[in-house]
Amino acid sequence: MSAAPHIEFRGITKSFGPVQVLHGVDFALPTGQVLGLLGENGAGKSTLMKILAGFEGASGGSLLINGQPQAFSSSRDAGQQGIVLIHQEFSLAEDLTIAQNLFLGHEKKRGWGGLLLDDVTMHTEAQAVVAQVGLTADVNTRVKDLIVAEKQLVEIARALLRKARVLIMDEPTATLTPIETERLFGLMRQLKSEGVTLVYISHKLDEVERVTDQVVVMRDGRCVAQQSTVSLSRRQMANLMVGRELADLYPPKSTSPADTASGMAPVLRVKDLCVPGWAQDISFEVRPGEILGFAGLVGAGRTELFEGLMGLRPCSAGTVEMQGQRQTIRNPRDAVRLGLTYLSEDRKGKGLHVNFGLQENLTLMALERYASPWLQPALEHQALVQAAEEFGIRTGNLRGKASSLSGGNQQKVALAKVLHPAPKVVVLDEPTRGVDVGAKRDIYLLIQKLASQGLAVVIISSELMELIGLCHRVAVMRAGRLQTVLTSQQLTEEELIAHATGTH
Amino acid sequence: MRPEPTKTTSIHASQWLAKLQGTGPVIGLVVLCIVGTLLNSNFATLDNITNVLTRTAFIGIIAVGMCFVIVSGGIDLSVGSMAALIAGSVILCMNALGPKIGSPVATVALGMVLALVLGAAFGLAHGLLITKGRIEPFIVTLGTLGIFRAYLTYFSNGGAITLDNDLSDVYSPVYYGNLVGVPIPVWVFLVVALLGGVILNRTTFGRYVQAIGSNEQVARYAAVDVDRVKVLTYVLLGVCVGIATLLYVPRLGSASPTTGILWELEAIAAVIVGGTALKGGAGTITGTVVGAVLLSVISNILNLTSIISVYLNAAVQGIVIIAVAFMQRSRR
Repeated sequence: MSAAPHIEFRGITKSFGPVQVLHGVDFALPTGQVLGLLGENGAGKSTLMKILAGFEGASGGSLLINGQPQAFSSSRDAGQQGIVLIHQEFSLAEDLTIAQNLFLGHEKKRGWGGLLLDDVTMHTEAQAVVAQVGLTADVNTRVKDLIVAEKQLVEIARALLRKARVLIMDEPTATLTPIETERLFGLMRQLKSEGVTLVYISHKLDEVERVTDQVVVMRDGRCVAQQSTVSLSRRQMANLMVGRELADLYPPKSTSPADTASGMAPVLRVKDLCVPGWAQDISFEVRPGEILGFAGLVGAGRTELFEGLMGLRPCSAGTVEMQGQRQTIRNPRDAVRLGLTYLSEDRKGKGLHVNFGLQENLTLMALERYASPWLQPALEHQALVQAAEEFGIRTGNLRGKASSLSGGNQQKVALAKVLHPAPKVVVLDEPTRGVDVGAKRDIYLLIQKLASQGLAVVIISSELMELIGLCHRVAVMRAGRLQTVLTSQQLTEEELIAHATGTH
Repeated sequence: MRPEPTKTTSIHASQWLAKLQGTGPVIGLVVLCIVGTLLNSNFATLDNITNVLTRTAFIGIIAVGMCFVIVSGGIDLSVGSMAALIAGSVILCMNALGPKIGSPVATVALGMVLALVLGAAFGLAHGLLITKGRIEPFIVTLGTLGIFRAYLTYFSNGGAITLDNDLSDVYSPVYYGNLVGVPIPVWVFLVVALLGGVILNRTTFGRYVQAIGSNEQVARYAAVDVDRVKVLTYVLLGVCVGIATLLYVPRLGSASPTTGILWELEAIAAVIVGGTALKGGAGTITGTVVGAVLLSVISNILNLTSIISVYLNAAVQGIVIIAVAFMQRSRR
């Protein structure tokens, strides 16, 4: 394979209308190495990488490829130079097969002046590249039947097929389980050994520390540091990203209500709950003031279990007790009425109306409170001002749409929304997904504060450090069954992974 | 917080742009009125304006209901056929009951109530098929478009169903009468529009309608009873069709297979021209009212002038709706 091109940014600026997001970025990619690109949401990482991969044009400055200034007019242009960006949201056609997706837009042709598709050749080549990335699925499988990790491998396979020499991955592990992440890292090492330059954008500093050779930290549209990874501690990376000393990410834990107050009865008690196809005979309980974690691989049935509990999917068996009273929850309305709310892991798809204003989002789950009988926008606005204060929602314009906020602030609005009906139990599914370090800490503090006020919190998370740092107890699920519930003293990454993968 | 001057200007710019888009239909209407006045001196007369508004009333009332359905992310193609079937059924019932009841006033009142009940029932059927039956609204209402029209044709034997004379005399003031110089249908239109605006903007139901249209999944996860709200939008539209029909019946005192033809085009066009996004989520009743008036004014200008044949009225409306949808494309 040809050598990866040398890539350098010189004074790159970018403005969207009057808003300048890049203020002159200067650095060079370490050819043939893995570069970790760090920065809080809105620091300009994604915009810079979109410029590199031809999705956006720069407003000023130059992009040098092997010393020559280049301006890509499309991602196809960049692809021809071997530069490929894999987005956070995949760009695969769900109804097509793996092979069809791999060759989409670059189909092999044969016969009659290239009128027919050369399925045989495409099939063979697809099989080869799929094997190369370690995907075991048949290339005739439809993409919609694959799990997220497999889809990602298809994306990478597609990049390899286009002879990618520079591969940019935007938060590739955000939705992966630890095992899948390991596999991805193996693949990255393999690509690196073949001379590919990799750019790895992630919020997970432990992963950045492990997998990258160099780190570039961006802040407010500028490159603030470029150093070899070994010379930086995680703490230093986080400090560089936020531009101030970041105290320990996790606030100190309070003592577990399960340990101390033996008299404190569980507020929610679930017994033998079954969600067909996803979860079997799950029993657990959570007390007021307790933070209960749910660990497990993607597909272990955690999200589906709680969707079942909320009445968002059918449950086939089991009993639910709220404050000692047996209850039937047929839909989310019943759940809210009983004091149980759920924040989805899919913020844009299920959690927040991105085209709505902030106050409409905030009050949606407790709207009756503002109807007397006519809605009172003034009261709603007052509630928003209060929530912005309480949840640390930072925006210049409280009357703007939710889509205008950064990921972290959107998540705070979503949190404020599920807490607005004043629930007794709140289930937070991946509460810090796609959220920068600063906002993460805010959210952790908030969760602790709410728990200390007597709220029972259930946290589903794929970030083990988060569960260990925050939870009093962690339930581990595997393949739809509850494996174990670990107490605070037993919580280690190794223990969690062992139970989640069944290698205990 | 650090002041960010660039950001604030962009906020102002976007607000200004949003305002401009909101006033688009109004500007269009004003321009059309100026054009109309220049082309024909009769356009700006009180008589003509009253006439235009009265004719707008039917479509306008339906459009207010349609606005709810479209904002919630649905559509109803059957409103024209539904209006025709309601008109025919109501006339048949009044003719049959008239002699039994004796009092024409009571008969007419009963007919009016029946129009509302039928509209609500048809809307309920749509809503249930769409939510519980999980069928696309487009398909459900395309089906009922055929069914409603066919049953009217069957009841009328292909001809016209005509209201008995004594009933017609009692009923006609509902269309031809006026209150302080303003025709009754215009008053009703005004009340329906005001109610619609209040319901859409100032009730939990209205907020839920917008939430569902903006993103149904998010609404479902936020404990909104999506099915119930959706069914209610179709019932509301059905009631609006009922109101429009009970105003329409005394106008001609008859219903025929051509009654209400292309009303669905006019009603949907009024909503879209008024700035409501066809994919749902955002829309205004004010815009819808302006849109309905605007379409009437176009048809009125075609009537008064001979630049474009009046037979091409529906073509002009078709072009307008496509052009507006084309302009909406780039938004958001």
